Amino acid sequence: MSLLRFCQWLAETPWSIALHESLYVYPLVETAHVLSIMLFVGSVSYVDLRLLGATLREVPVTEVTSRILPWAFLGFAVAVVSGGLLFYAIPVRTFLSIFFRIKVLLLFVSGINVLLLHRFLNRTVHGWDAAARPPVRARVAGAVSLAAWALVIVMGRMIAYDWFDCNHQPQSGFVNWAAGCPLE
Amino acid sequence: MTLYDVFDWLEQTPIGEAIRGSSWLFPVVEAAHLVGLALLGGTLLLLDLRLLGFGLRERSPAYLVDQLRPWLLGALGLMFATGIPLFLSEAIKCQASTAFQVKMCALALGLLYTFCVRNRLAGKLPESQVWRARALGAISITLWFTVAAAGRWIGFS
Repeated sequence: MSLLRFCQWLAETPWSIALHESLYVYPLVETAHVLSIMLFVGSVSYVDLRLLGATLREVPVTEVTSRILPWAFLGFAVAVVSGGLLFYAIPVRTFLSIFFRIKVLLLFVSGINVLLLHRFLNRTVHGWDAAARPPVRARVAGAVSLAAWALVIVMGRMIAYDWFDCNHQPQSGFVNWAAGCPLE
Repeated sequence: MTLYDVFDWLEQTPIGEAIRGSSWLFPVVEAAHLVGLALLGGTLLLLDLRLLGFGLRERSPAYLVDQLRPWLLGALGLMFATGIPLFLSEAIKCQASTAFQVKMCALALGLLYTFCVRNRLAGKLPESQVWRARALGAISITLWFTVAAAGRWIGFS
């Protein structure tokens, strides 16, 4: 079964329809998504800013990560659950949204960046934990993270707008390809 | 002149006109407003969590107030620079929106509280006054989450 077929099946499930048509639950889930982003991206930003040496320079990097990342995880968990519900409410249109697809790509970029950073920290951080200005690889990871999460927020917000929707034809060939529009 | 006339006049400003006349300006400014929200939320939370006894517990609240000040002012600057144009583009809708009224009240309280109460007292509370510190942080989180949630709700009205 293709992903599109799966999304079409999801959209037919009673809970998806109920969520889509609900007067208050959908906006409440969206509000929870925004508040969880505030917690998640807000707290991760301070790990990134510390890696850049932009603030909290007197605090060891491992103290910042061990004290702040649990809150980031909490925010991320709520963002994933609420975001999953938002997708579940409108599966087909979201799956065929060019902004949603860019957002997913950026999530992968962020994930890879976190993995690389994690390995780098494990290997080397004991040598520069207290450094006001961490080594260049750590600073690059902080900058990539800040930029990627900011763009994730921007792309997420853009999903709401319909400029490039598949049912607004004609679109350029690139848009139709990138959004995966099923054209006859 | 009634309050409605004031909002009507605000809606006619060139900034509001420009945003209404464009299909992409509102979404772009709105997205920047959300990025600013994340930074503002993180900046406020860092000290609030500390006051509650979480987060950067080894650091004094006074140190955090000092470290976070430029980021707090920067994030608020970005929020006003993006939020005011968004408001100007739909001032009349905002005037009739309960969510907008709630947000503006919570925002005024939040700003007053943050700069006149929280940031002034946070560094001066003795370590023994745990519950006062916790109240200081909890009030801040409540006020600012209300601002954010009511802000999101303007779009649903």
